[in-house]
Amino acid sequence: MMEIFYWPFLDLLVWGFISLYLVRYRENLPNFVAFLLGALILWDILFRSQQGISVSFLEDVWARNFLNIFASPLKPAEYIVSLMLVSSVKILIAGGVMSLLAWLLYSFNIFVLGISLLPFILSLVILGWAIGIVTTSLILRFGQQAEVLAWGLALLFQPVSAVFYPVSVLPSSLQAVARYIPASHVFEGMRAVITTGGFPTHELVWSLGLDTAYIGIAFVLFFFVMKAVKTRGLLAKIGE
Amino acid sequence: MDETVVEVENLTKDFKNLRAVDHVSFEVKAGEILGILGPNGAGKTTIIHMLLGLTSPTSGSIRVFGLDLKKHRSEILQRANFSSTYVAMPYSLTVKESLRVFARLYRVRQREERIAELLRIFEMEEIKNKEVRHLSSGLITRLNLAKALINSPRILFLDEPTASLDPDIADKTRTLLRRIKNEQGMSILYTSHNMKEMEEISDRIIFLHRGRIIATGKPAEVIQSFRRRNLEEVFLKLARGEKE
Repeated sequence: MMEIFYWPFLDLLVWGFISLYLVRYRENLPNFVAFLLGALILWDILFRSQQGISVSFLEDVWARNFLNIFASPLKPAEYIVSLMLVSSVKILIAGGVMSLLAWLLYSFNIFVLGISLLPFILSLVILGWAIGIVTTSLILRFGQQAEVLAWGLALLFQPVSAVFYPVSVLPSSLQAVARYIPASHVFEGMRAVITTGGFPTHELVWSLGLDTAYIGIAFVLFFFVMKAVKTRGLLAKIGE
Repeated sequence: MDETVVEVENLTKDFKNLRAVDHVSFEVKAGEILGILGPNGAGKTTIIHMLLGLTSPTSGSIRVFGLDLKKHRSEILQRANFSSTYVAMPYSLTVKESLRVFARLYRVRQREERIAELLRIFEMEEIKNKEVRHLSSGLITRLNLAKALINSPRILFLDEPTASLDPDIADKTRTLLRRIKNEQGMSILYTSHNMKEMEEISDRIIFLHRGRIIATGKPAEVIQSFRRRNLEEVFLKLARGEKE
């Protein structure tokens, strides 16, 4: 179902909105390369952050190491924190490589965005963690059939995160949704920095505020699911 | 051998319409090897998973080292360990790296010395730098057993630990477990389908059938009470009991 409906639908949405953006703003596309490459690098940070949680968790499942971990004194919260640390290392490496390649191949220096970029990156990392924890919870609950979410759930946020186009390109109903997606504030903020050079404090405050709510909900869901899978005996089943 | 390490009382586990474990009570004393036997689906693995806190009981209580497992899980698991033929290790790590990870998880002091000792005991010194992905299932089982002893546990939960070992290594493993049990007073809760092995290694056995304990005692006593020659015959009689 994901292959037939989900991916093509998301592709169509993202590319459709990019096309709309190019048509509507063709007279006024300042620094479009910086918009696109900057957005691509930042989106990849979010994606790696999420994968650092959910794919690292899946690696323990695939290696049948999962029960060894959960039969040890390690607490579930400690396990999630360790996945966050792994995710941070992956982000540093992947983000570094992408930034270097963008500079070498396209003379695009992401750091022209200045120090203001760092809190926005932090916001994306936190959102990636939240999505990763939710994905992990769903895999714990629904088993192997939910594994595809490790690659798919973050992409669900892409069209309404306005990664490659401004929020104003979206229809009004999706603009309302985008307001409650932390990443949309990050990408709007990035474009504001590139266009005006000013620091969009309100976008940062919105994104970090929403991040706090997202990560809180993700942790609550994770502990709720942990309790449920222990009751249903699913924790042992997924680990063998 | 009087100190009680594990106390299980009226342990019950229901899965939807199935009662997997039905009011099971038993104790494991210090330095004792308790074997849990039973046909597939008897509830052996479910009991071990409940003792490790991986599955929550529907009712009943579990106390380990006198502590309630529900409230002191992490503290209890610090002094316990587990091995199963159905689990493995991170395949991108080497044998030695895997043991290092678990030595840290169990906060083992003098980690390198302990790892070197276990590599020697399990005859894995030559493969210590080999990645787990390149190991045979028998070697992974040995690595799992080494991991299970990394923290010198006071109670060891073993779920069919020798199922994929060749007879030589399986025999050495049993000898080693008995030796450690005698030297360190370690308790072991052991499940296996190998009746000869259970007869040989267990101080006491519990026979489970459909989640219930249907026989318990020393292997020789159980064999005698059923007027059979060995545990295998007892197993066959109990497992097929309803049809006879």
